[in-house]
Amino acid sequence: MTAPRIATARTDTPSRPSRVDAVRFERVTVERGGRDVLRDIDASFAAGRVTGLFGPSGSGKSTMIRAIAGVQSRVRGSVTVLGERPGVMAVRRALGYMTQSPSVYDDLTVAENVRYFAAIRGGEVGDVLDRVQLGPHAKQLVRNLSGGQRARVSLATALVGRPRLLLLDEPTVGLDPLLRRDLWHLFRELAGEGAALLVSSHVLDEARHCDEVILLREGRIVAQLSPAELSARTGTDDMDEAFIRLIEQR
Amino acid sequence: MSAVRTLATARRVLLQLRHDPRTIALMLLVPCVLETLLRLIYARHHAIFDQVGGPLLAFFPLTTVFLVTSIALLRERVTGTLERLLTSPLGRLELLGGYALSFGLFATAQAIVVCALTLGPLGLRVQGPVALLVVLAVCVALLGTGLGLLASAFARTEFQVVQFFPLIILPQLLLCGLIVARDRMPSVLHAISDALPLSYAVDGMHHLSRQVGAGGAVIADIAIVLAFAAGALMLGAATLRRQTD
Repeated sequence: MTAPRIATARTDTPSRPSRVDAVRFERVTVERGGRDVLRDIDASFAAGRVTGLFGPSGSGKSTMIRAIAGVQSRVRGSVTVLGERPGVMAVRRALGYMTQSPSVYDDLTVAENVRYFAAIRGGEVGDVLDRVQLGPHAKQLVRNLSGGQRARVSLATALVGRPRLLLLDEPTVGLDPLLRRDLWHLFRELAGEGAALLVSSHVLDEARHCDEVILLREGRIVAQLSPAELSARTGTDDMDEAFIRLIEQR
Repeated sequence: MSAVRTLATARRVLLQLRHDPRTIALMLLVPCVLETLLRLIYARHHAIFDQVGGPLLAFFPLTTVFLVTSIALLRERVTGTLERLLTSPLGRLELLGGYALSFGLFATAQAIVVCALTLGPLGLRVQGPVALLVVLAVCVALLGTGLGLLASAFARTEFQVVQFFPLIILPQLLLCGLIVARDRMPSVLHAISDALPLSYAVDGMHHLSRQVGAGGAVIADIAIVLAFAAGALMLGAATLRRQTD
């Protein structure tokens, strides 16, 4: 894997002052339905890298992403996005957000969906459809597509206009392995172009594609480190096993 | 407020409608069928048809646009497209402007088709200018957009949202002066009907059908309907909250 190693291996204080953070959480707690779904989160990630957000279902991944997008209510503590508060116009201009369930218009074609979001963000449709391999389906109505194809329409509408910050909530779930590999290559390309990417997944095996991973469990951060560090600390290349050992070490 | 984003939204809503030709056909044909039915019911009482057929022209855009808006916005809320739009540069007023513009355009088309049939072959007699009749129908459509938007905020499912139709629209139909003239209602009901927007739309239609040169009175009624529409849209905008649980 091409994931670059990080010189420092501090996992308890993940924010590294030497780099410019795209997003920073400081002592963030989020309450939902009478319980804290995120507890005292300190984390940050930088531009030009693919940061993975991993953890089982219900660990708080989507809540963390929604807090960055500025749509989560009852956020205590401080979330800083591109130097601003979440949800302000400057951030909304720079943000591409793919929600967990595909949020696209079923009764429009693939191309019409992408064109609408391009018009809103002032970007170009460009090669977005080719990048998510939907070019041949451009004129199909979204309601006639498979679940995986709809998810990619949702991804395409998040990518349009070259956002500087991409929040992708489980973009690879349910896709065939070839396509999954291609999408992770695409994420790497986008990071190479300078974007900050936060990509969530509950398939721990996909951590190997990331420069750095944030591991969440029950609303708390278990660790933030590179996949290589994770293997080194736990003595295994099996990501599921590594996650288990990490929790048992604590 | 960005004209580009508002127009893009209006275009998107119209494209959604275009992919659903059955809904378009129903929205255009059903009012025609109902006006024809009314004409047949009052085949021997043309004067009654003149009295009832006109006000109904103002009622149709309210029903069609209310139903379509409430369901369209409920879908935006439920499928997550609204959440996503609220994380984009699109402003709430731009989103609502897009909806109002597209349904306003659609209501114009509907009013032209229904008026052409009703004033032509069906022979409805109207004294005032026909253009004002179309303008009134479009303003009622904007009111339908606002009320539909509000209804969508209080529903979680499509089953729930259609129940707001009998709740919000039908009392207005009963009290608007179509069944019993408003000044002959018990004073409490008269007061309530004064507070309901459809009453002014129907008053406007009555002016148009009965009096020559009633332009001023009709314009006053149109202004009141527009004020209600703006109020409903503003209240609706307040329900589009960026942050949710």
